[in-house]
Amino acid sequence: MAEKKVIDARGSFCPGPLMELIGGIKMVEIGDEIEVLSTDKGSAAEIPQWLKKVGHEHLGSHEEAGVWHVNLKRSK
Amino acid sequence: MKILVVGGGMGGTILANNVARTLKEELKSGKVQITMLSASAQHMYQPGLLYVAVGRMTPNELYRDQASLLEPGIQFHVDPVETFMLDANQVKTKSGKTHSYDIMVIATGSRMWPDSIPGLKENAEFFYTEESAVKMFHRLRQFEGGKIVIAMGVPHKCPMAPLEITFMLNEYFIERGIRDKVQIHYTYPIGRVHTLENVAKWAQPEMDRVGITYETLFNLKSVDGEKRVLHSEEGTEVSYDMLISIPAHKGMEVIENNKMGANGWIPTDRHNLNMEGRTNVFILGDTTNIPISKAGSTAHFEAETVGANIAAMVRFGAPVRKYDGKVFCFIQTGSEKATYAMFNYLQPPDPKAPTRAIHWFKLAYNKLYWISARGLL
Repeated sequence: MAEKKVIDARGSFCPGPLMELIGGIKMVEIGDEIEVLSTDKGSAAEIPQWLKKVGHEHLGSHEEAGVWHVNLKRSK
Repeated sequence: MKILVVGGGMGGTILANNVARTLKEELKSGKVQITMLSASAQHMYQPGLLYVAVGRMTPNELYRDQASLLEPGIQFHVDPVETFMLDANQVKTKSGKTHSYDIMVIATGSRMWPDSIPGLKENAEFFYTEESAVKMFHRLRQFEGGKIVIAMGVPHKCPMAPLEITFMLNEYFIERGIRDKVQIHYTYPIGRVHTLENVAKWAQPEMDRVGITYETLFNLKSVDGEKRVLHSEEGTEVSYDMLISIPAHKGMEVIENNKMGANGWIPTDRHNLNMEGRTNVFILGDTTNIPISKAGSTAHFEAETVGANIAAMVRFGAPVRKYDGKVFCFIQTGSEKATYAMFNYLQPPDPKAPTRAIHWFKLAYNKLYWISARGLL
């Protein structure tokens, strides 16, 4: 497995963290892990929803000093 | 001091002009040299392509000679860079010439990437090049009824483009008198009709009002041109008679060939705008990997910051400004009304209700752009 890719989407209103992830997930291999950093609280909810819909694995989320860290694995 | 600007689009042009005006004396005395290397002798007003596709502008209105937009003293060459030799502070061009620099700005832009989705290139209409916009214009003229589907890839240039083309198509078919024969179906990758929540809050009821159907959480996976069906990553299907796509984009080939960033996006410091690990190389506009809109206004505001910093580096030996993530996007909401979204890294946008006044200002800006590219607006 490759080193975890970090998508730093802090301060991104447009395109926004989920869109950054949608673009970025195609740049890693199946089985690779990604950590999305976001200052948008809504992303902490909508990213896991999208992962579930598409079929990627949500590994967990946590908030630290106003930054949400959403961890996932590309599954397909 | 040699300042090299790679790319003659909006970002590179504004930057070169701003630096040339600020350092007018130094440029005149020869203490500073500004060189621009571009792939084209022409400068295109890219937002105009949307209007070409629906017959509201003609292609000739989109172009000016690049040399005519530049301040005197800027050395302009149509000779694109092929090799970046960052450790040597040099580039090599297509003609084989080598240019040295003390400070380099890379603003090579982006290109549409329809090949990223199987079947998309062969079966969709686009409006990101003159050729594709003209082709789409003719396809629309021939379209007498059926289902038009708007679908997109990620990331794409101009995040407002999907909504703009959708609402403009609505009015286009009203004007042709066949709106009742056309279903306009809009798809979007996330769970609302636009990534900006406040824009989505306005756009969704507007789509309901004018009879545009929509489907969210739809990420294009493939296009079956024979059956005229789109397949999504989410496992759904949508049929179409005519497919219009805002395709995924990637950075320019030269960036990929020189291994300066995945998919042609160069890792860039979001405040200083220097290439990561290079204090004398700055990146502008679409070329950065910063998670903000790939739009002309982004390049414009970044160019103002970098231009001020380069002038300060020449005069004081240190930069003076930081980029705050400022973006300003017009949103054309049909053929008669428009609004805008302005935001930065900290402040979300709060677009107001569309008005005719903003629409007229947007039309005026289509002309004022040429003043803007000179760095005067």
